Amino acid sequence: MTIQEIMQTLDAEVITGADFLDREIRTACGSDLMSDVLAFVKEQAMLLTGLVNPQVIRTAEMMDMTCILFVRGKRPTLDMIDLANENDIVLLGTPYEMFTACGRLYSKGMRGRSGK
Amino acid sequence: MDPVRLHYDISGSDFTTAGEASGKIKKTLKSLGFSPAVVRNVTIAVYEAEINMVIHAGGGAIDADIFPDRIEVVLKDEGPGIQDIDLAMQEGWSTAPENVRQLGFGAGMGLPNIKKYSDDLQIESEVGRGTTIRITVQNK
Repeated sequence: MTIQEIMQTLDAEVITGADFLDREIRTACGSDLMSDVLAFVKEQAMLLTGLVNPQVIRTAEMMDMTCILFVRGKRPTLDMIDLANENDIVLLGTPYEMFTACGRLYSKGMRGRSGK
Repeated sequence: MDPVRLHYDISGSDFTTAGEASGKIKKTLKSLGFSPAVVRNVTIAVYEAEINMVIHAGGGAIDADIFPDRIEVVLKDEGPGIQDIDLAMQEGWSTAPENVRQLGFGAGMGLPNIKKYSDDLQIESEVGRGTTIRITVQNK
């Protein structure tokens, strides 16, 4: 899916990275635990999280993730947005909670690291 | 051939800047032309170790030596040390306080993740004196 399609699926808005909405995302990971995110590498992945602190952006940076979606209407801080811009990471926000956001993406063909 | 050497002093008080050194190491490795997989293995391992250093040890120092065939990173702190290294290596075992868990870490995955992404991991620790971690990643 492109980030544009993800936004339509999740009624999401772009917080930063509007130039990169045609990026293709093949797999996603939903977690508030950054060490779990760091445990499994998958190419072209996005992160769904309800956690708001700079380590969320750092974790995505280390994992080469190109898009982070904040669930439940959460919003990143300004220093997080700066850090995302430095690393060309797209930040999105959705009103949906984690379960619903993951379910809607799954129903559109997005898969987790197992591919199942 | 002399390695490319990087040195960073890590503050123990500011969790928000934790990971800055790992990010810089990542950018250096990328600019030197290492493959994305090698760059990722090094930076994930060093990032977890840097987080540990901030959470548990009140900061420390990171030295990275970048050779054409391998990357060696030494993280040295003068923190409380690790009482039982075998126990600390078990997934899920953690002594991190609740405020660290709320930040998305401290779930007992740090050392197991470091081991997973490195080709060699050496831990020397003395209770009350500090911990030195040596991470080696081969350039395959």
